[in-house]
Amino acid sequence: MTTVEIKPPILVVGPLAWLRKNLFSTWYNALFTFVALWALYSFLQPALLWSQTEARWGVIEANLTLFMIGQYPREQLWRVWLVIYLLAGLIGLSWGVWKDAARGFAVIGLGAGAAFALLCFFFGWESWSHWLIACTTLLILYLVGRYLPYASFLTTVCWILYFPGVFLLIAGSARIASLPPVEMGAWGGLLLTLLLTIVGNFGSLPLGVLLALGRRSKLPIVKYFCIGYIEIIRGVPLVTILYMADILLPLFLPVDVRPDRVLRAMMGFILFEAAYQAENVRGGLQSINRGQYEAAQALGLSGTLSTVLIILPQALRAVVPALFNSFISLFKDTSLVAIIGLFDVLRIGRSVLAQSEWLGTHREVFLFAFFIYWGFNLAFTYGSRRVEEALGVGKR
Amino acid sequence: MNRKLFALFSLLVIVSVALAACGAPPPSGGGAPVTVKETVIVTVEVPGEAPTAAPPPAAGGERLKTVLDRGKVICGVHGSFQGFGFVDSAGAWSGFDVEFCRAWAAALFNDANAVEFRGLSAQARFTAVQTGEVDVLSRNSTWTWTRDAELGLTFGPVTFYDGQAIMAKKEIVTDAAGGLKALEGAQVCVQSGTTTELNLADQFRAAGVSYEPVVFEDQTAAFQAYDEGRCDAITSDRSQLATQGQAVLKNFADHVILDVVMSKEPLGPAVAQGDDKWADAVHWVVYGMIQAEELGITSANVDSFLTSEDPVVRRLLGVEGELGAKLGLSNDFIYRVIKLVGNYGEVYERNLGPFNLARGQNDLWTNGGLMYAPPFR
Repeated sequence: MTTVEIKPPILVVGPLAWLRKNLFSTWYNALFTFVALWALYSFLQPALLWSQTEARWGVIEANLTLFMIGQYPREQLWRVWLVIYLLAGLIGLSWGVWKDAARGFAVIGLGAGAAFALLCFFFGWESWSHWLIACTTLLILYLVGRYLPYASFLTTVCWILYFPGVFLLIAGSARIASLPPVEMGAWGGLLLTLLLTIVGNFGSLPLGVLLALGRRSKLPIVKYFCIGYIEIIRGVPLVTILYMADILLPLFLPVDVRPDRVLRAMMGFILFEAAYQAENVRGGLQSINRGQYEAAQALGLSGTLSTVLIILPQALRAVVPALFNSFISLFKDTSLVAIIGLFDVLRIGRSVLAQSEWLGTHREVFLFAFFIYWGFNLAFTYGSRRVEEALGVGKR
Repeated sequence: MNRKLFALFSLLVIVSVALAACGAPPPSGGGAPVTVKETVIVTVEVPGEAPTAAPPPAAGGERLKTVLDRGKVICGVHGSFQGFGFVDSAGAWSGFDVEFCRAWAAALFNDANAVEFRGLSAQARFTAVQTGEVDVLSRNSTWTWTRDAELGLTFGPVTFYDGQAIMAKKEIVTDAAGGLKALEGAQVCVQSGTTTELNLADQFRAAGVSYEPVVFEDQTAAFQAYDEGRCDAITSDRSQLATQGQAVLKNFADHVILDVVMSKEPLGPAVAQGDDKWADAVHWVVYGMIQAEELGITSANVDSFLTSEDPVVRRLLGVEGELGAKLGLSNDFIYRVIKLVGNYGEVYERNLGPFNLARGQNDLWTNGGLMYAPPFR
């Protein structure tokens, strides 16, 4: 007996059906589709034509290192690569250990690494091998993570050690011969942008949690101090805080204590962001049902323990979207450091425009900056969505 | 609740008043930066008070020692101005203003790279000098009365005589030296709300030429409009016209910058007021570079001048006399500058040559310019 294969009806499933259902379901939808296509074409066609013919993309190629690390000494470039390897390794490890929660970021890391490797190989830049190593590290540590004992604890410790480690690697130390100190004034480009983002966010979170708890405290001094801090900082533009950190702070400190400008900017970001993080966390704290507090008390937990073990984990989980939101907004705010004379990726772009051989390449440079910011934010968003799904934010 | 809030508020006020009293320097009220400068002058007379009251800047004559002890000059520059101060693709600072920072480093440490550069925004630049963040500012800053007197700065010798100029299409103006007459009835692109706009009106009125201003919010927009043919001429600082003109205009060769000077914009280095020793060191390095050009001493041939019999050359290069030591520097400080950086003309050609900026007023006085160094003796 022969089986008769019945093909699925072409107008119910498949790409044609999708087109029909979503783009051409009614005559006016069809009209809109055509108008949109025409608008898209008339916008994209000259843009593409320009990028293929007139655009001088050489400005990006010649200054790529400058965009990435600013004036960081070129012979110390290996340290930055080491930071990337370590990050790749940690992402791989987290993927192996925490599975779904870290999968989004792992997929992005792997995808981006592979894409960069291919891109570099295609253009004949030698850094393709570095990206390959990073991808390999990620995969190897993924496998390690799957069979590691005490994996969750160890991974957390690694992450906690990673950030001071990065700082040490990048800044160097006079005591370690192979890591000569690099003055912070030379940090720049994407490196500086990312460092400011990460330090600003992770530094401000603990402070924000404390402020949020303080604001709900029954002790009046603590409470009003926290309210005062939060409201004053939120009432002031970030630019003002940065100026204060840059210009006023040294006036209040003793003459021989002169924190570096990058450090001052980081302090400014932490103090500023803490006020916003506090309000994010407070939102989470308010979402916790009163029953949770009572249950914690019934178990005989002290006030501190019940906050740390019962309330905070739930509160923080509830505000994961808001925390990632702050992360992204701070990432973009870092471009404000240009006004205090630091060279973040955007300011580097402005400086590149002043090079006499690349005069008049505004479009190329700012498009490149746009793609950097957009690419990173896309990656953050995708990764954070996966984390939210894995944590069941808004579902459980 | 209200009483509680009131109590808290009054507490806050008391605390902040107390803090302000501790934080502010003791003499004379007012929060303006000028106070800082005044405090410094007081501390010179009453040395005992210095550590508590004085913020870092310059207790008289201290800055030179501080810089020498530190082993590098901290120099405030522009971060993104073509020709004057920017970062090249290798990550190194370059530009006309930047080279003077290297010259000071060469004079002090015999090492043109003993500089820490600070890219400063227009708003932050003078504060950075006042607070002692930078030792010297070399960031195309115009020397004006207000800045010298009110901001507590001491400006050095002018390194670049800029001035407002006007650029027009070659089809309208055939002769750069012909004056404004050729622009009768022309439309002129200008940035709004600037002294540039006012100078334009004054100059055209004085010349009795009618024109039509086309006003723009920002400089780049004005240049683009000019490029698209929406006006016949554009006015801005001469250096800007030459550099930005080449950046934005499709064909720079089709345009001509008129010889008319519409305003004075002397650009030069600035240091904090009240430290003459440091200011002298900064000034004489620049003068030395100008003098070297006048004498024909360049980085290439400076060694051959060491054996010169000319007493002027011998004193300048430190072969003879104690000129450097009197400034607190080594006697051969000008030799180091010329050897490691170059004379004024070399610096000019290296950085502004690619923009075809004619020397004009920036030529030596012997060639009809304004560059003139006091005698080295």
